[in-house]
Amino acid sequence: MSEDATPLERFIRGIIPENPVYRQLLGLCPTLAVTNNMKAAMTMSGAVLFVLVGANLVVSLIRGLLKPHLRILIFTLTIATFVTIADRFLAAFMYPMSKELGPYVPLIIVNCIIICRCEVCASRQSPAAALGDALGQSLGFALALASIATVREILGSGTWLGIRILPAGWDDWVIMVLPGGAFLTMGLLLGIANWLGTVRRNPKATE
Amino acid sequence: MKMKYISEAWLVLLLATVFALALAAVDLAWKDRIEENKRRETIGQIPHLVPGAVTGKKDFFGKVFVYRALDSQGRQVGWVLPAVGQGFADKIELLIGLDSKAEHITGLYVLEQKETPGLGATIVAAQWRKQFAGKPATVPLHVSKAATGENEIQAVTGATISSESVVSIVNEAVGGFRRALEVSGR
Repeated sequence: MSEDATPLERFIRGIIPENPVYRQLLGLCPTLAVTNNMKAAMTMSGAVLFVLVGANLVVSLIRGLLKPHLRILIFTLTIATFVTIADRFLAAFMYPMSKELGPYVPLIIVNCIIICRCEVCASRQSPAAALGDALGQSLGFALALASIATVREILGSGTWLGIRILPAGWDDWVIMVLPGGAFLTMGLLLGIANWLGTVRRNPKATE
Repeated sequence: MKMKYISEAWLVLLLATVFALALAAVDLAWKDRIEENKRRETIGQIPHLVPGAVTGKKDFFGKVFVYRALDSQGRQVGWVLPAVGQGFADKIELLIGLDSKAEHITGLYVLEQKETPGLGATIVAAQWRKQFAGKPATVPLHVSKAATGENEIQAVTGATISSESVVSIVNEAVGGFRRALEVSGR
């Protein structure tokens, strides 16, 4: 990645070209764990957006003061603070969702996407660049979660965002809401994403 | 040497202080709302914890806080005892249903836990919790592999510590409540 990219370029990159899930294979624990329905996936994405924007901005603002051997400690401290705020927010205002996500909200602390963005971008770039980067990566993460959750919720429960999509006679594919369905869906979508990427880069490769 | 540590770590110390203050403010602002959410969930669980109960009323025995489980005519049919203790990962908060003499456990509900997903978190499953119903409250419960005895609880596979934590929280809370009940003479 070039160091002089504009905040807008960083934003766009995070969505597809450097998508955290499909391109960097980061943050797969929540990707697999909370995508059995759209509401949970979108709540998780919202929490990651909040934490990533907060952590990237704080790290970027203090980047001149960071000591190399203490930087990871400071990243973790910052991330943990924002995660705790997000966790308490969910418990206060979205209680049933907070129960459903359970330990996955506090586990955002160890989501590699966030510490990766702090290290790769925020600790070296201006707050504007860090903000663009955080928004792009969060949107990329949200899109990835939405794609997997859409397949899993429709096939597994016949609904999307809780709204009935498939006819009532549909036999729910129970495997799709279980962990097995997460691996199957993610594997297939990852394969498709890679295949599309190869075809676009080199149209003759598949002939 | 010591001065060097301070001069290098001042940012960590400062940030830790600032973040701690921010979290304290967040806690102060939202604590009541979170407690209210839990209270509402507790009341909603009472019918599942004590057979015949429809609602609950707060009560205190000394320092022990408990809900009286009431049926639709307002008669007491049991108790619902909130209990907290350390689990494998974090605090576990339980609701324990007891019959009106506090001699048998009638149900168990996990209000809050952050145990390992897929292993310890199985303690929330109704399938696992239901084995508490009907167990004696007069003797301490034990975790075992086969759960043959009447005061034995079968551990969640791969989560012995989480299972033992739940059982010891139950034992401690039920024992404490029974003592408080005796002392009060009610």
